[in-house]
Amino acid sequence: MRELAASLPVPEFETTAFTPLSVPLGEARVAIVTSAALHRPDDDPFTATDTSFRTLAAEDRDLLLGHWSPNFDRVGYTIDPNVAYPIDRLRELADEGVIGEVAPRHFSFAGNQPDTVAEVRLDSGPACAAELVADGVDVVLLTPV
Amino acid sequence: MSTLAHVFEAAGLSTVVLASMRDVVERMHPPRALHCEFPLGRPLGKPADPDFQRDVLMQALALLDVEAPILADHPEVIVADEVPISCPLPARLDDTLAPSVDEARGLRAAYDRSVASRGRTSVGRVLDADGVVDALEVLDHWAGGEAWTEVPLPGKNTIAVAHDIRSYYEEAALELVDGPPPGGRQVEAWFYEETEAGRTLMAARKALREQEAPFPFWFYMAPGHR
Repeated sequence: MRELAASLPVPEFETTAFTPLSVPLGEARVAIVTSAALHRPDDDPFTATDTSFRTLAAEDRDLLLGHWSPNFDRVGYTIDPNVAYPIDRLRELADEGVIGEVAPRHFSFAGNQPDTVAEVRLDSGPACAAELVADGVDVVLLTPV
Repeated sequence: MSTLAHVFEAAGLSTVVLASMRDVVERMHPPRALHCEFPLGRPLGKPADPDFQRDVLMQALALLDVEAPILADHPEVIVADEVPISCPLPARLDDTLAPSVDEARGLRAAYDRSVASRGRTSVGRVLDADGVVDALEVLDHWAGGEAWTEVPLPGKNTIAVAHDIRSYYEEAALELVDGPPPGGRQVEAWFYEETEAGRTLMAARKALREQEAPFPFWFYMAPGHR
């Protein structure tokens, strides 16, 4: 699988946008954005070529993994959703004061995107960023699946 | 994920990527990445191991202290184990049924226990648990040479049907094995290599290909390397 995935083309970025963390981590609001195609049972499921995202409330625990590709391992997530979406770990870090707080909303994309990722760069990605900014998020943890 | 990191940073958010593929992340230059060589699909490494997951998060969050783009490596490598799990399968009960149909019926109690204990199931994209059994019967007919255009498949979409059958088996299997959580691809290997349903699915996939069904219809019924 690793060999197969490594052979796929990726977009290459010449420069790296960089936003330093402007508050101490212990005061930062942290959100998770995952490419595990998670969605709530009553959401529209992801389609096979979906470039949009779903919104997850911090308290949701019945999320489904909506990938279409048979190449993903679902078993790890079935056993423990935190292995891909570490929402409980984040809550614990907030309780300990390591981070400031857990954001109220988290977001999910499907991992299998068109090679150009144009939609995510120009459309759904910026739309998701606007939601995160609106929620006062400081740090985004990105988890792939 | 790295693409989103670029987009989010440009919008004024600080990001950390848990990166699965080092050569990909090297080319995509996200602002902060912790490369974790863990099985794909398990970016936090170990299911049901909160201490390990916490450590991954702490290492990732520590990258926020660095005031320039950084790619760091988690020191532990976890290899995706592809040895099939050792999981008991039901004995043949009704030999008037196709072996995979009989087997799937025999696993129903384990599957139901999984749903009851987890409160969620991946089965349901197009089939419920009863539909899994019905779909296997049709796949068995396809595998036996009947034309896919003549014998309709419950749920219709071959990719979704394969997803639901495999999820039903994987969730049942987790109720039947003891010990630590199975490794990255062990349950997948068990499903495709050791169960009648896996064999039926692969035989039906081959039959679809031979009957010149459209490529996506059969190809995505199983992982690409199979």
